[in-house]
Amino acid sequence: MTIAPRTRKKSGKVGQSELLSSRDLRGIMDTALRLAKSTGSAETEVHVDEVADALTRFANNGIHQNVFEHVMTVSIRTATGGRTARATTNRLDEDSLRATIEASLSLAHSQPRDPGLLPMPGRQRYRKVNRFIKATAALTPEDRARAVRLACDLAVKRGQVAAGIFSSGMSQTAVGNSRGLSAAYSETHSQFSITMQEDPAASWAKADSVDAREIHPQKLAARASEKAHLAVKTQELAPGRYTVILEPAAVLDLVGFLFYDFAATALRDKRSCLNDRMGKQVFGKNINITDDVFHPLQKGVPFDGEGMPRQQVLLVDKGVPQNLVYSRASAKAARKKPTGHGFALPNEYGEAPMNLVFSGGDSSVEKMVASTDRGLLVTRLWYIREVDPYEKVMTGMTRDGLFLVENGMVTSAVKNFRFNQSLIGMLKNVELMSPAARTTGEESFEMVVPAMKVHDFHFSEITKF
Amino acid sequence: MWDLSSNALDTAKLRGASYSDVRVMHLRQRDLTTKNGQVGTLAQSESIGIGVRVLAHGAWGFASSDRLTRENVAACAAQAVSIAKASALAKRSNVVMAPEKAYVDSWQSPFRKDPFEIPLETQLAVLLAADGEMRKVKGVTLTETNMQFRKIDSWFASSIGSRIHQRKVISGCGIGATSFQGGEIQKRSYPNSFGGQHALEGYELVGSLELMKHAPVIAEEAAALHSASQCPEKFGTLILAGNQLGLQIHESIGHPIELDRVLGQEANFAGTSFLTLDQLNKLKYGSNIVNVVADARLDHGQGLGTFAYDDEGVPAQCTDIIKEGKFRGYLSNRETAHLIGLERSSGTMRTESWNRLPIIRMTNVSLLPGTWDYDDLIAATPDGILMDTNRSWSIDDRRYQFQFSTEIGWEIKSGKKGRMLKNPSYSGITTEFWNSCDAICKFDHWTLWGTPNCGKGQPMQTMGTGHGAAPARFRNVRIGTAFSKQ
Repeated sequence: MTIAPRTRKKSGKVGQSELLSSRDLRGIMDTALRLAKSTGSAETEVHVDEVADALTRFANNGIHQNVFEHVMTVSIRTATGGRTARATTNRLDEDSLRATIEASLSLAHSQPRDPGLLPMPGRQRYRKVNRFIKATAALTPEDRARAVRLACDLAVKRGQVAAGIFSSGMSQTAVGNSRGLSAAYSETHSQFSITMQEDPAASWAKADSVDAREIHPQKLAARASEKAHLAVKTQELAPGRYTVILEPAAVLDLVGFLFYDFAATALRDKRSCLNDRMGKQVFGKNINITDDVFHPLQKGVPFDGEGMPRQQVLLVDKGVPQNLVYSRASAKAARKKPTGHGFALPNEYGEAPMNLVFSGGDSSVEKMVASTDRGLLVTRLWYIREVDPYEKVMTGMTRDGLFLVENGMVTSAVKNFRFNQSLIGMLKNVELMSPAARTTGEESFEMVVPAMKVHDFHFSEITKF
Repeated sequence: MWDLSSNALDTAKLRGASYSDVRVMHLRQRDLTTKNGQVGTLAQSESIGIGVRVLAHGAWGFASSDRLTRENVAACAAQAVSIAKASALAKRSNVVMAPEKAYVDSWQSPFRKDPFEIPLETQLAVLLAADGEMRKVKGVTLTETNMQFRKIDSWFASSIGSRIHQRKVISGCGIGATSFQGGEIQKRSYPNSFGGQHALEGYELVGSLELMKHAPVIAEEAAALHSASQCPEKFGTLILAGNQLGLQIHESIGHPIELDRVLGQEANFAGTSFLTLDQLNKLKYGSNIVNVVADARLDHGQGLGTFAYDDEGVPAQCTDIIKEGKFRGYLSNRETAHLIGLERSSGTMRTESWNRLPIIRMTNVSLLPGTWDYDDLIAATPDGILMDTNRSWSIDDRRYQFQFSTEIGWEIKSGKKGRMLKNPSYSGITTEFWNSCDAICKFDHWTLWGTPNCGKGQPMQTMGTGHGAAPARFRNVRIGTAFSKQ
């Protein structure tokens, strides 16, 4: 028997798919909670997630992949006698939900009792946030194809080759439990990303928004095209320490590796670079970082994996790590209040900040270039990995446009470098910042970050292009 | 399932598709972890749905749905055709596919013990025991263990008449000990990082790992690394353990040979490749003892890249990639094979799940065994560094320049394994590195390693790949760069 008819329109659709109405979503959750009660679960938590996403992918100046997905999952956590476990399905009939509850109970019963397991939280209050944009939800494959066609036409006109994506979609998530907690959230999302290639060079631009109307594919294509052309003739520089101007995407993909260290559980496990460093002057005094899901440039679910409302948390104040984020369990262990950043239970990682906002500055990439006698302008970084977890040394490559700055001007393109750079050291050496902007890259989740001018950035080796 | 598939194929044809294929997939997964003697993750999941890929107006469209009713499947197929027609608004040229026969077959990967039939209590007891062994060691501040099991059923049907059912059982297991001391974090993992070893095997994989034997060893090593000497910075002789060499193969051979990369289809995300089409049969990729194959057949072993048919309905094959050092072949699919003059796809189209489009993927890309006994290799190395178990990995977007670091190293002096080294790393240029290979151990030391976390494609897909490797020696390699203070 199918519980939800899945025919009712919510407030938008991607292609021919529609999200469930909030009533239908609630209906699935109530059914799961009712079934769990009848199967003997002392406490039950239900997550219902629905995604309808479309992505148009292009390369060699034409669309080569074009996909749509509709995914619905119901995830059920049971807790009985100090034992908890999770089972997940995408089958919504009552028999399947009952089997999923039984699987969760069976998993839970198989383990030793955990005396520290907390009872599930009760009803919570949530601040409203609206990030569901009908215009984004209504974007069609034809709309995306036409935008892609214009970008590819520009590439052809300039003797270049375009590759990239244009995606749009919508999602909703709901969490409820047997103690009366109930939370729901929906949002839309859209991204356009483009790489323009002019042999042997390439450059790249990308934008991300809940509102597809704020994404301007032709402007992004033009920017990537101009930078690719500038990058055709490269010179080779010696590795070493350079002043760098990191465009926001380069900043994002690098600093994104820092934030799991702000989890209270990571400190407790002694795998955070902030062990023995909280409350100390770790970064430069110009670095201020907050986690704030309600920031106007942010997006994402305003509650955590247990349904706790996300709080605004000041993580770094004038270069000093001041606060961590807490799940309910890590908060209890540390005698703090939960901040609403916990992952869905059970898990071993605890929590993490997911909505980072840097305070930024009043400079700009142009002003940074103008203020630099000799340095490098970095478009984007690639394949970033952690070399030293405590000093937070990261390695990776520059990609898609590395330019030499001399006497306040971009003078030439430069062959790509490998870097081995401590993130802690980097955030001590920030000279200038632009205002923070919503930024998207390829190696980190989206954040609100500035462009940065950083001195003594360590490039260790060079590649062949 | 075949009724649903036929329904989708019929609808696609009716709507104007010139070709279509359908994958109904049912994925089941169980994840268990422990941390510091307590259960961490304990979860089970299943997902079932359909993905329909169609060619219409010379362009591709793909739609997927978890609504497995006749009406919804038909709607999904119709949507795929509609998307293909939209693709045609900005197509470069008509897609042409290399010919392939139709197959009707059913295949199941071999396993001795179904991991989903083993009591959870038994599985958790194994992990908690290993966790406990590691926690006995002074200086260890974090212990972690994990098991992961997957059972994947896929029903592939295509408009040329193929009907292929495959069932794969995949197991993974590993343990790790971390030590924080004096402003330094050191970690040791067994038998590999990324959650250990992963293979197309049943629960028998777990027993073969002998976790209780290795748990105290890695825990002692994690604690001892703090007082070990720093790996020096120099050019020198490098011996790689098989688990690290597996990842070296993955990054510097497996990815560059993907023909979609070579042809620019991944230029915006995963990158391109230095292996341009003019390099085929000409490039001296490695030294004469370097022989690499991409082999998805069961004969090669039960790796994460083993199957009977790929997700385009092409039978598993063995393709020479490097033969006696010379570059011989790419990973291709039905769309790209003819572009390099091949009559047939090499059978490497793979999908993560029913809601993802199949793309070119590594199968088991393996370095074939050499002739050396491991002890003889060490004895024949007057001065070198042995590196074991990956810690970090990075390579540029055309796959020339790489840098790897490992969890642990040992100095080799006068043919003997000497003092422990911490923070080992090495770097180089792909072809220079493989041309510096002068010794590979024999089959007795060869393992088909599983890499479970290979990301590629947009939307991102995570795929498991296999890499057979035995310890090997490389000369004049740049060592220690990652921790250089220059």
